[in-house]
Amino acid sequence: MQDALFLLFALVTLVGAVLVVANPFSRDPVASAMFLVVTFIGLSGLFVLLGAFFLAAIQILVYAGAVMVLFLFVLMLLNLREEQRRKYSLVKGFLGTLLVGLLASFLIGTIFGAPALTVPGPAPMNAGAGPLGKMLFLHYLLPFEVVSILLLVAIIGVVILSKKDIR
Amino acid sequence: MIGLNHYLVISVLLFSLGLLGVLLRRNLLIVYMSLELMLNAANLALAAFSKYNQQLDGQILVFFIVTVAAAEVAVGLALMVALFRLRQTVRVDELNAMKL
Repeated sequence: MQDALFLLFALVTLVGAVLVVANPFSRDPVASAMFLVVTFIGLSGLFVLLGAFFLAAIQILVYAGAVMVLFLFVLMLLNLREEQRRKYSLVKGFLGTLLVGLLASFLIGTIFGAPALTVPGPAPMNAGAGPLGKMLFLHYLLPFEVVSILLLVAIIGVVILSKKDIR
Repeated sequence: MIGLNHYLVISVLLFSLGLLGVLLRRNLLIVYMSLELMLNAANLALAAFSKYNQQLDGQILVFFIVTVAAAEVAVGLALMVALFRLRQTVRVDELNAMKL
């Protein structure tokens, strides 16, 4: 059952990612944004299979909710309609694909060549919000506060950047 | 039986697709979406390691990455809007004012 679900979610994730990057049917950035949502939902399913229930919820809330609304908002604001097919340089495309393929095969070779983990397989790990929050507020309190300041800086920066005349 | 390696392979493939998008696409917004794909691939690898090492630290790191990515998207899109006001384009091959 779990294996079938893994295959299903992995397929959803990868097909969504392919359609974000290279959609053969449409050059519309809105289509890419929608397929990005599909990818995020697949990833959320993979997180559930990994027992990371809190992360799955965060993935849907933050990525499929907030980040995607931002993307669509900017897409509609800029109103890019003359997104026609331009001719791509075949040499560049081939070289890029070759390089990325080499990197991927190297990484996969490393994964399967690595020694096995010393931990004897996954124990049932309860990773709901409870243990995660306890760890976050006990061991990782300083990074948590730093991240909150980072978010504040981002808010102020976005407001200033979006003003009509940047001096 | 699905193990750690399968999750890592999915993560590598997702990262490669994101890298391909950054290298090949010319629309700045789609380059940004590909960056998000790469960040999510890293998140998947961290969550998988967290489960198979039976430690929660990986999930905490994913939490921080999600937060930083959200801030980064907000600032990046604001920059893009400001750039579009100035130059009326978001294509990376037309934004070459700093090229020699």
